[in-house]
Amino acid sequence: MIARLLAGAALAALAVGSAQAQQGKISGDVVKIGVLNDRSGLYADLGGEGSAVAVRMAVEEVGGKILGKPIEVVSADHQNKPDIGSNLSREWIDRDGVDVIVDVPNSGVALAVQEVTREKKTIFLMQGPATSRLTGDACSPTGFHWAYDTRALAVGTGQAIVKEGGKSWFFLTADYAFGHQLETDTAAQVKKAGGTVVGAVRAPLNTADFSSFLLQAQSSGAQVIGLANAGGDTITSIKQASEFGLTQSGQQKLAGLLIFLSDVHALGLQVAQDLVLTTGFYWDMDDEKRAWSEKYKAKTGKMPTMVQAGSYSSVKHYLKAIEAAGTDDGPTVAAKMREMPVNDMFAKNGKILPNGRMVHDMYLARVKKPSESKGPWDYYEIIRTIPGDEAFATMAESGCKLPG
Amino acid sequence: MSTIFGIPPQALFGQLLLGLINGSFYALLSLGLAVIFGMLNVINFAHGALYMLGAFVAWLLLTTAGIGYWWALLLAPLVVGAFGVLLEKTLLSRLYKLDHLYGLLLTFGLALIVEGAFRHFYGVSGQPYPIPDLLRGGQNLGFMFLPNYRGWVVVASLVVCLATWYAIERTKLGAYLRAATENPVLVQAFGINVPLMITATYGFGVALAGLAGVLAAPIYQVSPLMGSNLIIVVFAVVVIGGMGSILGAVLTGYGLGLLEGLTKVFYPEASNIVVFVIMAVVLLIKPAGLFGRER
Repeated sequence: MIARLLAGAALAALAVGSAQAQQGKISGDVVKIGVLNDRSGLYADLGGEGSAVAVRMAVEEVGGKILGKPIEVVSADHQNKPDIGSNLSREWIDRDGVDVIVDVPNSGVALAVQEVTREKKTIFLMQGPATSRLTGDACSPTGFHWAYDTRALAVGTGQAIVKEGGKSWFFLTADYAFGHQLETDTAAQVKKAGGTVVGAVRAPLNTADFSSFLLQAQSSGAQVIGLANAGGDTITSIKQASEFGLTQSGQQKLAGLLIFLSDVHALGLQVAQDLVLTTGFYWDMDDEKRAWSEKYKAKTGKMPTMVQAGSYSSVKHYLKAIEAAGTDDGPTVAAKMREMPVNDMFAKNGKILPNGRMVHDMYLARVKKPSESKGPWDYYEIIRTIPGDEAFATMAESGCKLPG
Repeated sequence: MSTIFGIPPQALFGQLLLGLINGSFYALLSLGLAVIFGMLNVINFAHGALYMLGAFVAWLLLTTAGIGYWWALLLAPLVVGAFGVLLEKTLLSRLYKLDHLYGLLLTFGLALIVEGAFRHFYGVSGQPYPIPDLLRGGQNLGFMFLPNYRGWVVVASLVVCLATWYAIERTKLGAYLRAATENPVLVQAFGINVPLMITATYGFGVALAGLAGVLAAPIYQVSPLMGSNLIIVVFAVVVIGGMGSILGAVLTGYGLGLLEGLTKVFYPEASNIVVFVIMAVVLLIKPAGLFGRER
């Protein structure tokens, strides 16, 4: 009798187990995409709602369904606070069944979310954050860094300016994870190209007045003032540098190490003209990019930044990988994503390294003069294509400890 | 070269001058807050949003109607002041009988609504506003390059602050105002229209914020966030100076601007918290603020 009972229980357990295995194809019968970024602060224009729009465009293109199950997009504001970011992503994954987290600008927040997604084995598609640590010492088997990183910016803008004769550098750095890493990476490239670093000043995130820091940069006598900041901070510092006549004298040159299309739009070409910058995407490069960007503009009224275009590209690739793997299980999809090349309007023959770095061509651009621009959003002249292998660190260089 | 605390004196002078410029904005904004609190006992949390509104009115005048900086300097404060009068008449005046807290909550809510609306329509990166032609360029002072426009800001804010102080402390109208805050019933009995004076005071206080907004437009981006970036510091200034003390607000505004400037040289990482450290210390030693009196 007892033997029979036990056998029955075992059978029942087996049935439950196999039912779970079948459900496991698409967990919760829905693929939930969570767009987590700054929706109200200084980084809201470069990512923000625009990233969510781009992700929805990717979802619409596959008909809103994958493997017969619906795809849902949710979004939230992390307010540039790492604790809020990691709490939200925990809630999303544990309670709401979110399968993938997208964007997460602000390296500080991204580093926190990377820890959560690593622990939960959830896919993390990073667009907004810059620090190369995300595929370096903080890499994760399910974390993918897509649009750009500090190392690519350093290689692009840093080397180009040293080659033009800007040998001595002074950094104006945003005082958190991103700024520090961008400064470190750029300083390394500057020294490699034969330049020197004479000093640096660390400004708090979201500073309203940079004139004091700019004055310190001016009195350092360096030929190049490297702006290791982003978004609203970059806009303010460039605007005030022009006000204080830093660049007009011809003695000093401003290097915006991370400049988004939205920043140039906000500054206006009169102030931003001739800035040299590195970008992972520019809308006006080929027909495919133009077509997609026009569609995006019809929805938002703006042209996409590299963060928004990258959000589209990474979600598209993620959905393809689910299709190919036949499941939305994190580690399985991550492996599939690494196997497949990335081919869409954003990247041609992009490849994903074992550390999660998506290697694609980057572009060195110069901001047009007002006289050269044909109208709104006609802002960049692409002066060089930086091959992906040159822009991004190799697996060995990255310092990532994952097997590769 | 000789140095002061390891900094060349020239660099130090430059930083002090910059501190004075930032102090001008703090003074102008905290002046408006102090006037409103002093007369109405309302903690006007919408002040930052109205400062932002001033800048946006200037920007809209320029981009939609082609009206330049100098007219904006006059028109934007009028528009913001009129908006303030509307707020006071329709909303704030209903709360005077209640605790301070209600006025604070109402104005805080209004600030969130106004900022949210502008963020929705204009994004966060801000709009560029050019420096007026007359004030372009700058002077080489030997120790630093002073943009003409920033020099103008210091002069303009000093004049406005002094004029306001004089009007309230030294004129008959100011005497009525001060009397009305002390004992409104008695003053009304003398035949003075107290509600009108209170409305006008609120309108004037927020017009000062609007004026500061126009002055700030060419220096910062005209952005929906510009008010919230500044308002917390300005509140700290008012608390340190003593709630309701007009002279205290102005002097503390300039003083803290200078102090912040110095912090940016010696320990830049702390430059955005130094004001709050001072606030904490002042509250411990003199809870009514440096120039305030216990009520």
